[in-house]
Amino acid sequence: MAEHTVKAFDEDITRLRGLIAELGGLAELAIQQSLEAIVTGDEELAREVVERDPKMDALEAEVDAMAVRMLALRAPMADDLREIIAALKIAGVVERIGDYAKNIAKRTGRIEGRARFEPLTLLPAMGEVAAEMVHDVLTAYAARDPIVAREVIERDAKVDAFYDSIFRNLVSHMVENPATISSAAQLLFVARNIERIGDHATNVAEMVHFAALGSYPTDVER
Amino acid sequence: MVMEQTDLAGGKSLEAEADATSAPKISAKGVSVFYGDKKAIDDVSINVHTEHVTAFIGPSGCGKSTFLRTLNRMNDTIPSARVEGTIELDGEDIYHSGMDVVQLRARVGMVFQKPNPFPKSIYENIAYGPRIHGLAQGKNELDQIVERSLHRAGLWEEVKDRLEDSGTALSGGQQQRLCIARAIAVDPEVILMDEPCSALDPIATAKIEELIDELRGRYAIVIVTHSMQQAARVSQRTAFFHLGNLVEYGHTSDIFTNPREKKTQDYITGRYG
Repeated sequence: MAEHTVKAFDEDITRLRGLIAELGGLAELAIQQSLEAIVTGDEELAREVVERDPKMDALEAEVDAMAVRMLALRAPMADDLREIIAALKIAGVVERIGDYAKNIAKRTGRIEGRARFEPLTLLPAMGEVAAEMVHDVLTAYAARDPIVAREVIERDAKVDAFYDSIFRNLVSHMVENPATISSAAQLLFVARNIERIGDHATNVAEMVHFAALGSYPTDVER
Repeated sequence: MVMEQTDLAGGKSLEAEADATSAPKISAKGVSVFYGDKKAIDDVSINVHTEHVTAFIGPSGCGKSTFLRTLNRMNDTIPSARVEGTIELDGEDIYHSGMDVVQLRARVGMVFQKPNPFPKSIYENIAYGPRIHGLAQGKNELDQIVERSLHRAGLWEEVKDRLEDSGTALSGGQQQRLCIARAIAVDPEVILMDEPCSALDPIATAKIEELIDELRGRYAIVIVTHSMQQAARVSQRTAFFHLGNLVEYGHTSDIFTNPREKKTQDYITGRYG
């Protein structure tokens, strides 16, 4: 993209995009570690995820402050305006993805008898799809690539299918083993959180598409 | 890449809309303007409607002021200037040999960058035009025109007790509104504004912008401005000129959020040149 006559504007945009990249990197790490913690029962790792969350909150606040400052001082237009609006919204969504990961990590200590749960073998696979969506949508953001963004949106159906399957599986497990209902309910929330991460990756993809083309993708069910 | 997209303005192009709206007030077709051998405007076609404020934007020397001045034949005063193509006001060619230029300029009024009140009283500034055009029967009617024009220009309350003071004694912003009142007094159909706020402070600018919004629909308004924020605030249609060409003309909201042309984008985002 051609440079602005006012160079400091380009520096601001580069810095803003850098913050989003950093925030995205932390979100990916949080998803990956929280899933590992829930599957293996590693409470130390879970604590790490929870303790790193304030860093994401701070980054989001920094993006907000910077975006507001740029809107006020630079009065951006056209693709610049869309870029900053997208950054503002993406930061909020990615921070929320971090919250879901934190929520998953927090349930690590509340699951008993891991070996008995078949869904525990499905969760990592589901988590992997969601984590890849987050990873790829951030790549799409960095490259301003609406095609990759669209491809991410299409993948959300996979996550939803996983969720339905795990949901049914856990419900029948609860019926057959009422003693494990408490742990099973925890796993149900985990699956739900992963499903939400997929939805949020989809939201980011829509903003990447908007920033690049000035329009939202339409023929994909949102 | 084939994909459906939702347009920010609902996907309506100006062409698609043209059938739905009333006939254009001004219709320029294939207009080129020359200063001697130099072509300042190249084959510009554009329709201006009374319902919308139309803004012309573009870098210095792009021809936007030159084009504005063709709309009431102000370029006639420059001996080397020559206009090709047709410009119609309500379907009537304004460059037709039978056109009365004085009458034309009463129908198509103009407000300039620097406020230029006559060195006469506030009252006389407004009354002059209606009087020479014979628009008033007697003093009473002239008083009414003066009051109505000052009201419409948002200046009445500030000057009603000092109508005999000199127009040049007013502040810059008041002088500009006086000039707008003077343009309105002869009951024009179109008002052309050539950077009407560039000599004014932000408060006076806001008053002029508010005034433009109030006058919209009553007169077709075309404004040339260097302030893109101003174009975005006051207009519903924006035309971007570059090197004598009309690069893009569309809904103001589209031009400033999602322009079609790369040149427009580079200019409004500050990447020009």
